[in-house]
Amino acid sequence: MYRKVPQFVETHLEEIIDSWKTRMKDEHGEKFFHIMPEEVIERTSRDFADLIVSSLTEDSNQYDEKLHNFSERIVRLGWSISLVMKAIENFSDTLYDLLRKAEILDDSNVAEYFDILNNWIKPLRQEVVEMYSHTWERTVNLQKIALQELSASLIPVFDKISVMPLVGTIDTERAKLIMENLLEGVVRQRAEVVLLDITSVPVVDTMVAHHIIQAADAVRLVGARCMLVGIRPEIAQTIVALGISLEDFTTTSTLQRGMQEALALTNRKIVEVDEQ
Amino acid sequence: MAYRSSVDIHTEWDIVAARQLGRNEAKKVGFGTVDQARITTAISELARNIYLYAGAGKIEIERLNEDGLFGIAIIASDEGPGIPDVRKVMEDGYSTSGGLGAGMPGVKRLMDDFRIDTERGKGTKITAIKWLR
Repeated sequence: MYRKVPQFVETHLEEIIDSWKTRMKDEHGEKFFHIMPEEVIERTSRDFADLIVSSLTEDSNQYDEKLHNFSERIVRLGWSISLVMKAIENFSDTLYDLLRKAEILDDSNVAEYFDILNNWIKPLRQEVVEMYSHTWERTVNLQKIALQELSASLIPVFDKISVMPLVGTIDTERAKLIMENLLEGVVRQRAEVVLLDITSVPVVDTMVAHHIIQAADAVRLVGARCMLVGIRPEIAQTIVALGISLEDFTTTSTLQRGMQEALALTNRKIVEVDEQ
Repeated sequence: MAYRSSVDIHTEWDIVAARQLGRNEAKKVGFGTVDQARITTAISELARNIYLYAGAGKIEIERLNEDGLFGIAIIASDEGPGIPDVRKVMEDGYSTSGGLGAGMPGVKRLMDDFRIDTERGKGTKITAIKWLR
């Protein structure tokens, strides 16, 4: 039995792959095979069959390495995990049917066959799932880092004037970061006026407003003034509807106007010079 | 046929997902940028309330078409503790979580129709509708 199955797979490879493809098409429709080039499917199914042979003939170290490479490639192809799971299942079903038809398998040795099957299916599934979750975790972590890099830095623009552009959604974690960077920056840069620019904040709800108000209060405590700039017209309307009072703030529609006000507050202005 | 889609709220990031869904649906109905901002802000408030007070729940967005009148409905439902005093919740400045207390009355002002069904210990269902004019 342990010899016959891999032998059968090796000699009947074409037949197995063909009938496996038909089965996949029946279940997922043509669209499954349309989205990827023929040669990719061809190669992948061949590798897959090869893997099965190897799981039964080669020692476990070699097999583990092959398995690892195979699942890594599948993940990189970007197939959905449910599709891959289905493909594995269909492959083993196909093999079972064909073995039955070839009368290698009968009622007397079916238990033995399932034993073999278990030995390659289980590690295969395990490996694929692990590879997928590993890739996902990595992606999520990288994105978290990327997001943090986007977060809130206070930029000194003029003497005594600094700007913090806020980009994207503000959640509790980011709000905390904003507060820390803001206060630390104000003290270090000796800013007297800080402009919080919310041009690129998609939604200002009560929580975001609350965080902004708190940040501004804290800035006041360290002896600087906070201005809220970049309030888009639709944001202005939702703030009013929400009944949020920003009376203690100087607010402007654009960063540019905010900057003019900030300069005025620090008794300066920008003048054009005649070039001569 | 009303078209309905939903987002489960479990984490803070689900609030963003609900908002995104709402914005897309509002765009499809044909709302302008101001109303889109109103609708997404309302969803943000309702989703955050679910996250803060009930822990889990869902936001459903339904496109409406009643006698040629188009609109969008936000249905926020949870099986949380319920709201003990609805009248108080609708007062400006009332908050049990140290927030601004503008969320619920704010949502009412942002939207056209607003209804709360709540039962202590059973959960809360809030329906808010915006009509396209």
